[in-house]
Amino acid sequence: MGDGNHIEEETMTDTQRPRRTRRGFIKAAGALTASGLAFPYVSRAQDKPIRVGVPTILSGRVAQLGISSRNALQIDVDKFNAAGGLGGRKLELITRDSKGKPDEAANNTRQLINGDGCEIIISAESSAGAFAVQEVIRELKVLCIHTNSETSSLSADPKIRVPTAFRTARQGIHDAIVSAAYAGSVAKAKGLKTWMSCSPDYAYGRDNTSLFLEYMKRFHPEIELVGEAWPKLFQADYTENITKILQAKPQALYSCLWAGDLVSFLDQSGIYNLFAQTTLFAINMADYTTLTAVKNLPAGIHSSSRYLKTFPAVPENAAWGDAYKAKFGDFPTNWSWENSLAMTFLTTALKKTNSTDGAKLADAMRGMKVKSPFGADGTVTMRAEDQTTIGYAIGWGTTIPKEPYVPTVTPGDWKSILEHEAEWKKKMGFA
Amino acid sequence: MDPQALLTCLSTASCVITQTTGGLISGMLLFLVAAGLSLIFGTLKVVNFMHGSLYMLGAYFAYTLYTATGSFTIAVVGSAIGVGLFGLVFERLFMSRVYNTDVLMQLLVCYGFILILDDAVKIIWGAEFLSMGMPAAFQRPPIMIAGGILPVYYLFLIGVTLGVALLLGLLLTRTRVGKIVRAAAVNPTMTAALGINTALVFGGVFALGGLLAGLSGALAAPVRSMVAGMGFSILIESFIVTVIGGMGSIGGALVGALLIGLVRSFGTIGFPLFTEGVMFLFMTLVLITKPSGLFGKEQ
Repeated sequence: MGDGNHIEEETMTDTQRPRRTRRGFIKAAGALTASGLAFPYVSRAQDKPIRVGVPTILSGRVAQLGISSRNALQIDVDKFNAAGGLGGRKLELITRDSKGKPDEAANNTRQLINGDGCEIIISAESSAGAFAVQEVIRELKVLCIHTNSETSSLSADPKIRVPTAFRTARQGIHDAIVSAAYAGSVAKAKGLKTWMSCSPDYAYGRDNTSLFLEYMKRFHPEIELVGEAWPKLFQADYTENITKILQAKPQALYSCLWAGDLVSFLDQSGIYNLFAQTTLFAINMADYTTLTAVKNLPAGIHSSSRYLKTFPAVPENAAWGDAYKAKFGDFPTNWSWENSLAMTFLTTALKKTNSTDGAKLADAMRGMKVKSPFGADGTVTMRAEDQTTIGYAIGWGTTIPKEPYVPTVTPGDWKSILEHEAEWKKKMGFA
Repeated sequence: MDPQALLTCLSTASCVITQTTGGLISGMLLFLVAAGLSLIFGTLKVVNFMHGSLYMLGAYFAYTLYTATGSFTIAVVGSAIGVGLFGLVFERLFMSRVYNTDVLMQLLVCYGFILILDDAVKIIWGAEFLSMGMPAAFQRPPIMIAGGILPVYYLFLIGVTLGVALLLGLLLTRTRVGKIVRAAAVNPTMTAALGINTALVFGGVFALGGLLAGLSGALAAPVRSMVAGMGFSILIESFIVTVIGGMGSIGGALVGALLIGLVRSFGTIGFPLFTEGVMFLFMTLVLITKPSGLFGKEQ
């Protein structure tokens, strides 16, 4: 029965089929050949992942910078890919370790672009490496987002700025203005007139502390600086600095020591009972890795909000912090949210332009405003004029020895930050 | 430079007491590491470039033992012995094979193990820094002496280190083991010809050096955060101490470590921007005037 039907159908279609010519056959064969060649090509282009190069630090004492940056990026990459990627093209992170050396950061960036075929760079380097990466980007013109460098001049100084390079890290000048406003108000309320600083003796420590003190004196000219201590970066023993502070007897102490250095300083200060006589303002205290590492965390340390899942107090921020901890076993760091924010800008720009071209992505990112759990008002803006973010959550509060560690955070006033930043830019010749 | 501040400090009892004890404390932990380094060099004639890593292992071992048992005594003793044993295995399996080679080969072996141990620490304990916290017995207010401040834990630390220095001195100068070690250091071939197992002596000395570094790391653990690579900075300072005191001299290591501690302690008041510079300047002066170090023997 089947055979009979087949014969019948074939006979019928045969009568309706147009007459084949030799020329038509060649055309059809040619078209088929061409399409046969073209299909795999199109398919390959669609499948080819968009490679995102990440020069960062994955070894040595600052390895946590690279690890917590990469973790945060991976969460967002997985989310983007699970949602279909960019027209089927998925994002792929390629990470290289610079070991904190600027020359290796530059070499790695060049290798990521020219050797590994990365079309976008997320520079999760510290400031030293970020400036080296910036010069490679100036030459190779791919899109670059600096996620961890807080040095203001990277984006503020027009001579250093690069058209395709952006920054999602917090900026030193913003921190200094907010810190001085907060510390000044506490100083006024508690009568803290004599101040001292104890910060690491390298570019970040010097810049951060001098900016803080400059704004403190501007906001509250009555304060008096009675001494400075400059321990080395990664110094193990702070005894001589602590005894120096004890001799000077300041009412308040400002420090931008960070991570393990801050933990050592606190542990060693604790056995001298230093904080019984001196109020500490440690800008880098409120980061979970530091808060959880200090075994005997003194109550009442004043700190800036590096990353807290309770600030901004929105469900999206808490959910992001919990998701990160569930996946990696640790709480996210300040570097983590800065990298996650970079991915928000990047994926939004990719969808908007449907391209990986550096210039097109840069055009899309200039002035872009995105919804973000890390925004002071739920949004963060990539300011067009200097390609750096504004409106991110920033504030200060005091610590307690258990979760939520900083129960109340006083947010910084972005109107005031922007006004003082504009003045600073003029003074520095950047505007 | 602030010489006025230094003079003011030196004329105040509280400042002198606080800064002197501060200097002693910094010097004591440094002494334990430098003594091991000096002992190994004096006997085996090799520079153990991975000595800082043994200090790091001591701190991490102490952290683990303290977390598991809650006993600081077990943590300190256990980690010192653990690092000593690690030193013994390392010496027998690796260092003993490069004694008669170029110093660059020894450097390469040590540097390789610095990297391996740093990565091992990251794999086992994680890349984040850790803090052991102060044991409950030492969580008490500091002692006040004429206005000077002396933390209780640091008092304990000074006592332990001085005790170790004394025991080490007695071991090397008053016991048969000490005589054998000194004999092996001067002429290992003759010592072996007398029927003494020099391989055992060398292994034992390396283990003792490791034990001292491990002890230093364990004693530092309550007040210093731990992170992979933490041994590097103490290694540099230990080299300075050993060069000043004299390579191979335990007494020299003690004097050198205390000098460095006091220079840093008073230097941070009088010349805060040049404290490190003074340390290196001092080392340079010693090298020029007495190249073998303050207590080192002329070659």
